[in-house]
Amino acid sequence: MLMPAPDSALLKRRGEFLNALRAIVPGEGVIDDHASLAAYECDALLAYRQRPMLVVLPETVEQVSQVLAYCHQVGLKVVPRGSGTSLSGGALPLEDGIVLALGKFNRILEVDLANRCVVVQPGVTNASVTDAVSDKGFYYAPDPSSQIICSIGGNVAENSGGVHCLKYGMTSNNILGVELVLMDGSILRLGGKHLDPQALDLLGLICGSEGLLGVVTEVTVRVLRSPETQRALLLGFADVESAGACVADIIAKGLIPAAMEIMDKTAIHAAESFVHAGYPLDVEALLLVELDGPPVEVDHFVDMVSATGRKFGAVSTRLSNSEAERKKFWAGRKAAFPAIGQISPDYYCVDGTIPRRMLPRALREIAELSEIFGLKVANVFHAGDGNLHPLILYNADLQGELERAEAFGAAILKLCVELGGVLTGEHGVGVEKRDLMEVQFTQTDLDQQQRLKCAFDPDGLLNPGKVFPTLHRCAEQGRVHVHRGEMRFPDVERF
Amino acid sequence: MRAVWKPENVSAVQSSVNDAIRSGYSLEIVGNGSKRQLGRPVDASITLDVSGLKGIQLYEPEELILVVAPGTLLSDVNSLLESHGQHLAFEPPDYGPLWGQAGDRGTIGGAIMSGRGGPRRLTAGAARDFMLGVKAINGSGELFSAGGRVVKNVTGFDLPKLVTGSFGTLCVVVELTLKVLPKAPESATFVLCGLDVDEASTVIQDVFRDMTAQVSSAAFLPMDIACHSSVAEIQSMGESVTLLRLEGFGLSVMTGLDELSKVFRQSASTKILDKELSKVLWKEIGGAHYFALGESPLWFLSVPPACGAHLGKRLAQELNGRFFFDWAGGGIWFETPNNMDADAFRIRQLLAEVTGNDGHATLIRADERIRSVVSPFQPLPQPLALMNQRVRLQFDPDGVFNPGRMYENIHAD
Ligand SMILES: Cc1cc2nc3c(=O)[nH]c(=O)nc-3n(C[C@H](O)[C@H](O)[C@H](O)COP(=O)(O)OP(=O)(O)OC[C@H]3O[C@@H](n4cnc5c(N)ncnc54)[C@H](O)[C@@H]3O)c2cc1C
Repeated sequence: MLMPAPDSALLKRRGEFLNALRAIVPGEGVIDDHASLAAYECDALLAYRQRPMLVVLPETVEQVSQVLAYCHQVGLKVVPRGSGTSLSGGALPLEDGIVLALGKFNRILEVDLANRCVVVQPGVTNASVTDAVSDKGFYYAPDPSSQIICSIGGNVAENSGGVHCLKYGMTSNNILGVELVLMDGSILRLGGKHLDPQALDLLGLICGSEGLLGVVTEVTVRVLRSPETQRALLLGFADVESAGACVADIIAKGLIPAAMEIMDKTAIHAAESFVHAGYPLDVEALLLVELDGPPVEVDHFVDMVSATGRKFGAVSTRLSNSEAERKKFWAGRKAAFPAIGQISPDYYCVDGTIPRRMLPRALREIAELSEIFGLKVANVFHAGDGNLHPLILYNADLQGELERAEAFGAAILKLCVELGGVLTGEHGVGVEKRDLMEVQFTQTDLDQQQRLKCAFDPDGLLNPGKVFPTLHRCAEQGRVHVHRGEMRFPDVERF
Repeated sequence: MRAVWKPENVSAVQSSVNDAIRSGYSLEIVGNGSKRQLGRPVDASITLDVSGLKGIQLYEPEELILVVAPGTLLSDVNSLLESHGQHLAFEPPDYGPLWGQAGDRGTIGGAIMSGRGGPRRLTAGAARDFMLGVKAINGSGELFSAGGRVVKNVTGFDLPKLVTGSFGTLCVVVELTLKVLPKAPESATFVLCGLDVDEASTVIQDVFRDMTAQVSSAAFLPMDIACHSSVAEIQSMGESVTLLRLEGFGLSVMTGLDELSKVFRQSASTKILDKELSKVLWKEIGGAHYFALGESPLWFLSVPPACGAHLGKRLAQELNGRFFFDWAGGGIWFETPNNMDADAFRIRQLLAEVTGNDGHATLIRADERIRSVVSPFQPLPQPLALMNQRVRLQFDPDGVFNPGRMYENIHAD
């Protein structure tokens, strides 16, 4: 994976940049020593590492604004960073750029239950939002598995999901407003505590923009009343097809459970030996369904799901009878990634979405690819919304295995697109899937997306080299009117 | 009379746009025109009628996916979904009657491009939350797609959301992919009679904070609004009504109603409306049909829900108009008798004062003269106005589409 070539002229001016940035963020706010910089050299996509020129840790919006304005003025690239848990390399630094880390923006600014929202700084972790309101019986719905570490700012940038987003939506469906600092230092407020956007829905655009359009410095999130009851069902199937068909039928019956997760045999065994969740080991697929709401409703749905399970030949059915048991059912699924880490030196998590009915075919073809690439794969997926997470098992110490794992991952994502799906359901494009964007989109489609960069960051200084396979030039005054064929940038820089 | 172009398929739309670009024409994009009087009057050379782009292209109930051409009637979409026990959860409202039109004339394209949600928007999300994918023609005449045909997708910038509610000022949409959801089999409305607006707001906040009943919508109609309801039980009451809609499976709706009855029996006289009456009631609330007979300027204010009662009351008192609120207070409808400038300045000033500048007021109905002198969409603070303009230029650099519909065109310098 190639990143834009570093600019040696910028590298030489490191000392000057350091002094200027220290003047804006004094004290320990700028990191420049080699050893400390190493802590920022990658996010959770560990295969890619790059030490940044400097790391800046601002504490106020004014500082963020001044830092960006300064970088804008001197042409210095900026990579925003929350907690560094991105799985797509979104926070991968640049050699000739700074990392703007939002870790010190860690305060909950306001809990406003009359308006059912919470105002937080972007460095607050996902789980602490719920912690701030749980004693009042509320919670924040989007729940990425990384929720105790990942930041709300990162969630907004990635439009993160979680196991409950089938019923409750992704981040973008659960935020009401943001404060955003643009690359030139200007500050925008989008939304607030009111519901509908004023003018264009720029909030909708910012969410999921992977740090390419602006730096989020405040977020207003919607919180919901915690469900009265939650119960989980574990259904074992003799084949994955039946588990998939069962999921489709549950939805066709008009039920949207709080979560529906499928694990295949490899994942079940790894999870079971890791956390002893009590999973059946003699099944090919395990379907975990969670139902929440008033007890009468949950009871009704439990019956419905059990009956549907039977109809599709479930060979085992277990219902959680206590909160402890429900958590135990989940423990296996939630630990699926580290569990795979126990059975393989390294694993690579893929994240594509397919139309759900394509599930059997997708799994069949993934198994074939596994043969071709000679690497094992374990499958866990958010079955309700067709979001696959094949985990490719490999050993980075063996020559060429990482490359093979990546090629296998890319083949799976191409397959997702071929089956009518998309490259990423929740982890983002980042650097990881950047060069696959042309599989899903035409050049015209990508051009239209990239033009928006010109509205927010015409010089391309904010997180360049991510999401789009080519850099885009903004014409004079932000006008990028490309008449067909006239101005195709044949010499456009590819990474 | 301005010329009307009516392309019947996507490539004809594309040729129309290219013809317009070549000739330096601007286009007013219309579906069935049911919301044509919402927003600033458009000064365009040609009317581009896209109502000929009709039809359901794909409907997969089990995938929760609907792909549809923009000119398809919303009522056709609704009946198709209904026959599979599904619906558009954001409950697109029918504003036609506000302009004296027959109901149900709107297209799905119009519903999405105006971005408005009905009463369930409070808990289920807005139009933008259900827009998964879009195919459109930009102002350079290029056909592009964004988003996808699956319910979970974060690949690339979220243009489907950006296009929703843009009133045709970015591109001509030729295909929409929407997320559909199962419709709750049962619903009912719990009515508290005779509360004043502050009491209503307190009740609603308490319900959302402390109670387990699954309330999907909450509205308050003062007496002078309730008396115009087409639901006889509400119309004949002679009192204000505070309305809580419950939706779900039969048993959960019943349990919720029981809980509400137990809590509120003592403090107010209450009533329950069944599924059929609820349906009529929430449809008229969504479309603000209480104002259908009048012609006075009509506003919709989007504010933090807890501000709704106070702001509504002050608007009615100080400007001598009528209001009601939906979205638990987050959406205020206000009709002013002022036919000169629709009280635009005063309304926005009050909104800013009461909410601390958190919200906006949109002039939904007013005659053309008023809509050309006051901005129907709330003027934006400078940096935001600039950004809206810059974003627009990235889609439509020459200002071909719906010039001035949302804001007066500021040309790029
Ligand atoms: C074990 C594990 C499990 C995970 N499970 C899930 C899951 O279930 N669902 C899911 O969706 N994701 C999951 N993820 C991925 C990851 O946690 C999310 O993408 C998360 O939102 C990233 O947040 P972060 O604070 O770590 O952001 P970072 O990794 O620091 O940054 C991510 C991106 O956001 C940008 N960014 C960060 N902060 C800001 C800001 N304030 N303003 C502008 N841009 C900013 C960065 O530039 C970068 O592009 C998982 C990751 C791990 C390691």
